[in-house]
Amino acid sequence: MKSAHTKAVVGKVIVYIILILIAVVMVIPFLWMLSASVKSDREVFQMNPFVWIPEVPRWSNYSNIWTKIPFARFVGNTVFLTIVVTFLQLLTSSFAAYSFAKLNFRHKNGLFLAYIATIAMPWQVYMVPQFIMMRKMGLNDKLTAIICLQAFSAFGVFMMKQFYEGIPDDLCEAARIDGMSEYRIYASIMLPLSKPALSTLTIFTFVATWNDYLGPLIYLKSQDKKTIQLGLKMFISQYSSDYGLIMAGSVLSLIPVLIVFLILQKYFVEGVAATGLKG
Amino acid sequence: MPRMDAAQKAVKVDGLQSELTQLIVAVRTEADKKKKRKMLARIGTLNRQIDKIRANRIISRETKRDLIAYSFIAPNFIGFCVFTLIPIVFAFALAFLKWDGSNPIKWAGITNFTRLAGDTFFKAALKNTIIYCLGTVPLTMIASLALAIVLNQKVKGRGIFRTLAFFPYVASLVAITAVWKMLFHPSKGPINSILLNNFGVSQDKLPQWFTGGLVLLSMILFSVWKYMGYYMVIYLAGLQGISAELYEAASLDGAGTWAKFRYVTWPQLSSTTFFVVVMLTINCFKVYDIAVMLAGGGSGELTLSSTVLVYYIYQKAFIDWDLGYSSAIAMVLFIMVLAVTIIQFWGQSKKEKA
Repeated sequence: MKSAHTKAVVGKVIVYIILILIAVVMVIPFLWMLSASVKSDREVFQMNPFVWIPEVPRWSNYSNIWTKIPFARFVGNTVFLTIVVTFLQLLTSSFAAYSFAKLNFRHKNGLFLAYIATIAMPWQVYMVPQFIMMRKMGLNDKLTAIICLQAFSAFGVFMMKQFYEGIPDDLCEAARIDGMSEYRIYASIMLPLSKPALSTLTIFTFVATWNDYLGPLIYLKSQDKKTIQLGLKMFISQYSSDYGLIMAGSVLSLIPVLIVFLILQKYFVEGVAATGLKG
Repeated sequence: MPRMDAAQKAVKVDGLQSELTQLIVAVRTEADKKKKRKMLARIGTLNRQIDKIRANRIISRETKRDLIAYSFIAPNFIGFCVFTLIPIVFAFALAFLKWDGSNPIKWAGITNFTRLAGDTFFKAALKNTIIYCLGTVPLTMIASLALAIVLNQKVKGRGIFRTLAFFPYVASLVAITAVWKMLFHPSKGPINSILLNNFGVSQDKLPQWFTGGLVLLSMILFSVWKYMGYYMVIYLAGLQGISAELYEAASLDGAGTWAKFRYVTWPQLSSTTFFVVVMLTINCFKVYDIAVMLAGGGSGELTLSSTVLVYYIYQKAFIDWDLGYSSAIAMVLFIMVLAVTIIQFWGQSKKEKA
C-alpha cells in the first residue's frame, strides 16, 4: 500500500513539474513582452544583470505609441471591423444553420453541398479573383471589403449546424404544435440553448478578424483605413530599433483578444466537443 | 394566381382530378422506370395543386415552408455566393488565362502550368512549404496530445494552465513574432546570449535563427508553440469522450500508465488524431504570415530559403500582376489541400465501415 502511495505522489510531482515547465514556455514570451514594454531600447537587451522591472519604468512608451503612429485610428478601425464581422457571422450562420438542421425544404442537400464543398477550400486559393471582383464593385481600400470577406464563412454555418443537430427535434416539434412560428422557435428556443457554440464561434471569428493580416494587407491601402496589425507591422518596419515602443504597441494589441477569450473560455471546450470540431 | 369563383374552381379541380385518376391507373402498368418516376412526380404536383385550389390558398403549404427555410438561409447564402463561390469559379478559369488586371484577357491554355516546372522560386516555395509541414505536423500533434493528457488529470489550477496554454493561439502574430525576433535576436537576444555565456557557444558560431538554413526550424518551433494550445482543446474534447469504465477495466487487468495510454487512450483517440493531423496539414500548406513576420526583411520580402507558396501567390498577383500565373500556383495549393481532404473522407468512410 505504501509503495503505491509513494508512486502516486511521485506521479503527481512529475505532472506538476511538467505543468510548470509548460506554463513557463507558454508565458515567458508574454512576460518578456510586458517587461520590455516599460524599458528603454538599451535596457531591453541588457542581460547582466537581467531585471524584469527596470528601476525607472518607462511608462511613456505607452503614451508615445499613440502619437508616433495614428494608433487610435488603427484601433478604431479594428474594433469596428471585428464587432461588425463577429455580429454578422453569428447572426447569419446561426440563422442558416437552423434551417439546415431543423427544417425540411427543396434543394436542402444541394445548398448544403455548396457549403461543404468550399469548407476545405483555402481562402488563399481564391483571394486574387476575389480582390479583382471587389475592386470592380468599388470596394478596394474600403473597410466594407474586409466585412464582406470575413462575415459569411461556410465554417460558421457548418459548425452551428453540427451543434443544432445535437438539440432534440422534439423541442421544435412541441413548439410548432403550440403554434410558434419558425422565427420564434429560433429566437426563443434555439438561440438560448446554443451558448457554447456561439461562444466558440465568437472566439474563432473575433480572434481571426482581430489578428488577420493578409486580408487587410491586400485591401486596405491608405493610412487611415489600416487595422492594428497592419499598423503595428508598419511601425516595426519603420522604427525597427524602438524595441520598447514596439513591445508597448504589441501589448496594447493583445489586450482586447485576451479579454474576449477570458470571458468566453468557460464554454470553449464544451463548444468544441459539441460542435463536432474534434472530428 | 387570381382568385376564382366556386364554379371555376370545381371545373378546375375536376380536370385535375381526372388527370390524376388516369395517371394512377397508368403508373401501375408502366414498365419503364424512368417514365414511372416522371409520372409519380406529376402525381405529386397534381395532388398539391388540387389541395391548393381547395384550400383557396395563394401559395401551397410546401412553398410556404420552402420560403421560410430560404429566408433563414438567404442572408448568409447570398454573401457566401457572391464573395466565395463566384471567386472560386473565377480562380479555376484564371489559371488558364493571361491577364494583368487591366488589359484585355488572353487565353493561355496550360502555359501557366508548364512555366511552373522551370521556376526555381516556385520549386523552393513548394519545397519549403512541405518541409515546414513535415516538421510542424508531428511535433504539434505530439505536444498537444501530451499537453491534453496532462491537463486532463485532476490537478490544481488546471483551468489556469489550460487558459495559459491557449494564450499563444489567440495572440496576434505581429505582436508575438516581434517578441520572438527579439528573444532570438542573433547578436543581442537573450537566447543567444545564454548560449554564449552559459553554454560556451563561440560568438561566430551563434545560430542565425532567421536566415539561411535555420529559418525553417524557427518557423516550425514557433508554430508548434503558437498552435499547440488549440489542438490541445480538440484533444481534451476527445479525451472527455473516452468512458471511464475502460480505464477501470484496464486498472483491474493491472495495466500501468503507459499500458493504459497504449491500449486505451491512443486507440480511442484515433479519430481525433486523424482530424488533428488533417487540419494541421491543411493549415501548414496555407502558411504565410509566420514566414513573412519571422523571416521577411523590412518590407517583408522572402528569399529562396524562406519563401512559401502563399507568399509566391501574393507576390505574383499583387506585385507582378501576373494573375493567371498566380492562380496556377494557387491551383497547386488547392490540389495539395484536396488530396489531404480526399484522404480524410476515405479514412472516415473506412472507419464507418469497420
